[in-house]
Amino acid sequence: MLDYITSYFRSTVTPGQANNQFWALVYILIVFGGVSMIVMIMNWAERKALAHMQVRLGPMRVGPHGLLQPIADALKLFTKEDIMPAEADKPIFWFAPVWVVVVAFTGFIVVPFGVAHAVTDMNIGLLFMLGVSSLGVLGIVMAGWASNSHFPLMGSLRSSAQMVSYEIAMGLAVVSAVLMTGFLGTGMYGIGEGTASGTLSMIGIVQAQQAQHVWFVFKFFPVGLVAFVIFAIAMVAETNRTPFDLPEAESELVAGFHTEYSGLRWSLFMLGEYAAMVAVSSIAITLWLGGWMRPFASIHGPSIAIPFFWEHPELGIVDLVSYLVPAGVLFLLAFFCFFNALRMPKHPAMRPQVIGLWALGVVMGGIGLVLLAPPVRDRIQDIFWFVAKIAVFLYLYIWYRATFPRYRFDQLMRVGWKVLLPVGLGVLLLTGLIGLSPELVMWIKGVMLWR
Amino acid sequence: MTDTSKPGFYEDAGATGTFLDANEMVLNMGPQHPSTHGVLRVILKLDGEKVLGTECIIGYLHRGVEKIAENRTYTMFNPYVDRMDYVASVSNGLGYCLAIEKLLNVEAPPRACYIRVILTELNRIASHQLWLGTHALDIGAMTPLFYTFRDREEILKIFEKYCGARLTTHAFRIGGTQYETYEGFEQDVKKFCKFVTPKIGEYEELLTTNRIWLQRTKGVGLISAEDAIAMGVTGPVLRASGVKWDLRKAQPYSLYEKFDFEVPIGINGDTYDRYLVRVAEMRQSLRIVEQAVDSIPEGPIMAKVPKVIKPPVGEVYVSIEAPKGELGYFVVSDGSTQPYRLRVRPPSFVNLQALDKMVRGALVADVVAVIGTLDIVLGEVDR
Repeated sequence: MLDYITSYFRSTVTPGQANNQFWALVYILIVFGGVSMIVMIMNWAERKALAHMQVRLGPMRVGPHGLLQPIADALKLFTKEDIMPAEADKPIFWFAPVWVVVVAFTGFIVVPFGVAHAVTDMNIGLLFMLGVSSLGVLGIVMAGWASNSHFPLMGSLRSSAQMVSYEIAMGLAVVSAVLMTGFLGTGMYGIGEGTASGTLSMIGIVQAQQAQHVWFVFKFFPVGLVAFVIFAIAMVAETNRTPFDLPEAESELVAGFHTEYSGLRWSLFMLGEYAAMVAVSSIAITLWLGGWMRPFASIHGPSIAIPFFWEHPELGIVDLVSYLVPAGVLFLLAFFCFFNALRMPKHPAMRPQVIGLWALGVVMGGIGLVLLAPPVRDRIQDIFWFVAKIAVFLYLYIWYRATFPRYRFDQLMRVGWKVLLPVGLGVLLLTGLIGLSPELVMWIKGVMLWR
Repeated sequence: MTDTSKPGFYEDAGATGTFLDANEMVLNMGPQHPSTHGVLRVILKLDGEKVLGTECIIGYLHRGVEKIAENRTYTMFNPYVDRMDYVASVSNGLGYCLAIEKLLNVEAPPRACYIRVILTELNRIASHQLWLGTHALDIGAMTPLFYTFRDREEILKIFEKYCGARLTTHAFRIGGTQYETYEGFEQDVKKFCKFVTPKIGEYEELLTTNRIWLQRTKGVGLISAEDAIAMGVTGPVLRASGVKWDLRKAQPYSLYEKFDFEVPIGINGDTYDRYLVRVAEMRQSLRIVEQAVDSIPEGPIMAKVPKVIKPPVGEVYVSIEAPKGELGYFVVSDGSTQPYRLRVRPPSFVNLQALDKMVRGALVADVVAVIGTLDIVLGEVDR
């Protein structure tokens, strides 16, 4: 048994590939806890960032700068009365939020936080991820139907139409990226160095970007960029966020599909929605933004050796700097904590908050110190850069929410079918044409000679 | 066999029931709904998302203001009018005071008129700011709401300093104003004008050229000039349809003829034009306020009005340009201390009847946009 558990330590692949169920379970728990953590932080960050964009303060009372607000919210939601409308279709009403959460978290099985940091890797990982993430709409339709009420019904109908429409544009953009994994040349226009069969494995796609020394968002510039933008728009629509938040359009449909939900059930919907946001962001990151790779991953700089601290002769000074970034970020957060603790009002009533902020700073700094330790430092890289990219995407979600009005239903459909779909087809065609251009040139030459 | 290739077939099908025989859905919107601006209840007949017809049900905020007037003296009734259109209470008070003054045949002294103009125009800006914020929120843009409320706060602060109240100000008295301006009033108003001018640009930056905003408002809730006039629609809604009708210009009151300002009008009569007209009106109001503050005369602030107001027997109709349209007061006096009958012509109530015409054939989302663009206040609709 112990051997079975320890045998994975020497492995450089995911526990699923190593066929180690124990570590797979551990990884599942870590991913579940981590994503829930991200959702909680996102909850706080969204309220704060949105508030500051809207000349408000946001939560300020529960903990320093409202840091404990998500916990207070969760407690409130757990203790609320569980209301189920008398006319509701009870089993489906009960099942819908559970379905949304389960589906949103299932996709994370194949999300590669690092080359070995995923639950498992499948040869159809991307397909699995897309398939699972599009199942979420089923929960929304169930919720709308089971509520037996007009507003939720309209919300869920809108949602299903929206998801189906945007799934197609999304799929075309994704195929373009998958196609790129098959063109073996390096650099932005690396063509003519042969082709291979592409891969649908999430880890394989990142490794292809690693091998080609280019993030696919820059490959065949601007083709990859356009595909990425299509995906970035479609993924906002997929997760029902502003400006595509029609299924829960507050000013029109009261609360859309979750009008009749409250308390814990409602919070499950929110958890599912935010987890889905993280999931689609990770697809975008894996496909176009180099997954776990740091920026400029192929630049190493002159190699350097520091005894007891840096014993990677094959890595350069740029790598050293990049390896220190995670700790640096945490030190920066700690600094913010200390700085703001000093800026807090000197009133005795504020003392618990000031102490809390100091404590948080100490914790942050402590984690930063741990991250400096070479064994941790060398293993945390992938995860750090992946999560940092997720954070950027989540911030974009908040930014959209503060900026855009909401589309109308027919306009939403028009954007999906008349803009994104043709552009996606064009991008797909261009990807293939550029990638195969040497062969095409040879083929045309051949035809000319033959004539 | 039905010919599905005929153009317009799918549009007709819902009505005739030959194809896709879908049931009509009746959706009850309100009186408790986030974007019916109070307690308006709209019953929508829907074919999918398409609106086949609407029915407005009002009266949830009815307080019998007109009946109350018959049991109060003229002076006692003055604060009640503030509770009708509570976001533009200063305008309400001005209209009432002007009506009773006409009945009494007195005129407010120039200084009082200037103070009235300054406060009324500030109130117009506040009303339009509140409208803009909530209208944008209805269409899904959250942020303008907070911007407009931040800036409206400065106006309310001036009101508070002037008369002690922020919303239901009761700023004017029959025959003038009760209060002299406070120390530093002019500076405050000037400071506000300087402060708010770039802020209006900020709202516009967020919305005017925003693609989604344009798509959501252009061509939505169209109403032609003829229809608008036929329905008695007034205010910015009428002007956005291209009719240059502003009572401040057409029949000036309270010395409005002395100020130089323009009446912005729209072309198409859609929601976007109404937005542009109201934003332009905010700028024009600022112009009026700046002129008034610069040239405010010295002198008394109350005309000679008897302690007990007993107007002669007669009737009078006075209307002013409130932020939402023509606000009229019809007062019948029987020579006693109380009005025999008082009738208010509320702009929101009259404008609201255009709703059905504007949303028929549109989508559910447009209903919300049009309710917002009509700028109704239910306190005034129901009275």
